[in-house]
Amino acid sequence: MSLAGYEVEVQRQGAEGLETEEMTLNMGPQHPSTHGVLRFVIKADGEVMREAIPDVGYLHRSIEKISEKVGYHGFMPYTDRVDYVAAMFCNQGWAMVCEQLAGIAVPVRGEYCRVIAAELNRISSHLLSVATMILDIGAITPFFHAFREREKINDLLEEMCGARLTYNYMRIGGVAWDLPPGFAERTLEFLDYFEPCIDELDDLVTVNKIYVERLANVAPASRDLAIAYNLVGPNLRATGLKYDVRRDVPYSIYPELEFDVPVGRGEVGTVGDCFDRYIVRMREMRESCRIVRQCLAKIPPGPVIARVPRKLKPPAGDAYVRVESARGDMGWYCVSDGSEFPYRTHIRTGSFAAMGIVDRLSRGLMLADLVALISSLDIVAPEVDR
Amino acid sequence: MDAAAIHGLLQARLGAAAGECRTTAKQPWIAVNPGAIVDVCRFLRDEPELGFDCLSNQTGVDYASEGLLQVVYHLYSYVHRHAIVVKVDVPRDAPELPSVVGVWPAADWLEREIYDLIGVTFAGHPDLRRLLMPEDWVGHPLRKDFVEPESYHGISTRRESLLR
Repeated sequence: MSLAGYEVEVQRQGAEGLETEEMTLNMGPQHPSTHGVLRFVIKADGEVMREAIPDVGYLHRSIEKISEKVGYHGFMPYTDRVDYVAAMFCNQGWAMVCEQLAGIAVPVRGEYCRVIAAELNRISSHLLSVATMILDIGAITPFFHAFREREKINDLLEEMCGARLTYNYMRIGGVAWDLPPGFAERTLEFLDYFEPCIDELDDLVTVNKIYVERLANVAPASRDLAIAYNLVGPNLRATGLKYDVRRDVPYSIYPELEFDVPVGRGEVGTVGDCFDRYIVRMREMRESCRIVRQCLAKIPPGPVIARVPRKLKPPAGDAYVRVESARGDMGWYCVSDGSEFPYRTHIRTGSFAAMGIVDRLSRGLMLADLVALISSLDIVAPEVDR
Repeated sequence: MDAAAIHGLLQARLGAAAGECRTTAKQPWIAVNPGAIVDVCRFLRDEPELGFDCLSNQTGVDYASEGLLQVVYHLYSYVHRHAIVVKVDVPRDAPELPSVVGVWPAADWLEREIYDLIGVTFAGHPDLRRLLMPEDWVGHPLRKDFVEPESYHGISTRRESLLR
């Protein structure tokens, strides 16, 4: 059959005078680009969104309530489930808040083990974030490249603590196990291999015209808006604010380490747009490599965990600590009543804050840009709901 | 600026509303009367020397034996890089508190979560709905006297029902 004679007329429509009836669309809770189970109610006029209202709670597992039932030590494996992509930081946050409540000092080698584990986890989390972002935009190959590298980090972390995702590596007072024999060599070998991989990923996507045009100038957040909505971590730094909890409210051994804090500069569009949020993560991976190298060179011998009573009963009081997680400033608040069970635990996560700003940033965006917005904010749904 | 200095400034401007300051605690905090919370927060944000531009965390604690619900505000200033904790007690039988969404938009979701899980009603909140629990849920799960219902829409919540 020949198509000759068939005329297809393509009409290009502008928005002028063509406003249509407002549509209410449902996206999720099972949608491939929502990174977990969450739902949006979208009010749209044609392809332009009036607003996208997030509906969360599908992954609410009452982790905060569980802490009141299982005791201080027993809660550690549950913290892995708060943010399963970057579980080390949850481990670290919980350990730190308990240590502050009970006045426990962590041995120096334990701190080094923590930072090595956390920074490796940051690389793997950023790789996942960047990879799924690229995938959501529509390119599939770089996703496989990033996941290939991520598997290697998972191998290292598995050697360290026996798990690839939910690590349960840290303990109140230190870490569960010392680094395995030969770990430093294998990690250095990996870093030598991995750093050129970031360049490769840069060549593949960062300068790709289609990719840049999908992200540049999309959903920019100004610095004031980001602070008012309490955006944290890479999302905040993308707005140009040089702020990192590791540097500005130092904890652990970070004051002894040298690293830069990359910020968004609006290189291809507006400061604080989706591209800036992407490029900040790419650059942070290099900084994490630097940190791991320094730690491996400086790690002293000694014990990795302090002597902590089996039944930990911190004195009555409350404490709030902040950890720079892969998704930014993660706040852990814990109230002790002097018994062996926490009286109340609250976790304020980066994704929770990022979810709260989606409604505001989505107004006036095209429907397809919502996917770019969610993935650029690096939202992990279990972290929102806890 | 440390907690005592912040408290001093607050008291000089707002008088008794600022409440007491517990500087002996490991992380010092200021107790504020429920009625004055919006004024105090606005002052903390707008006073150039204080500049608390970020509501870093807000949460609720149920002190059941004292008949109190406590709302805790963790404030942070990106300008001056200092932090302060503000605590407000509300009676358990009439837990109502003015909302601070007008001061920091970040309070929107945080207050919805507190309303949902602890059961503090925030007056003046633009959209006070449950955030995490289903809309038709009865009760506030993080209260100390909350009893898990036997079933939800005919689905048993007992663990034994899963093992059968």
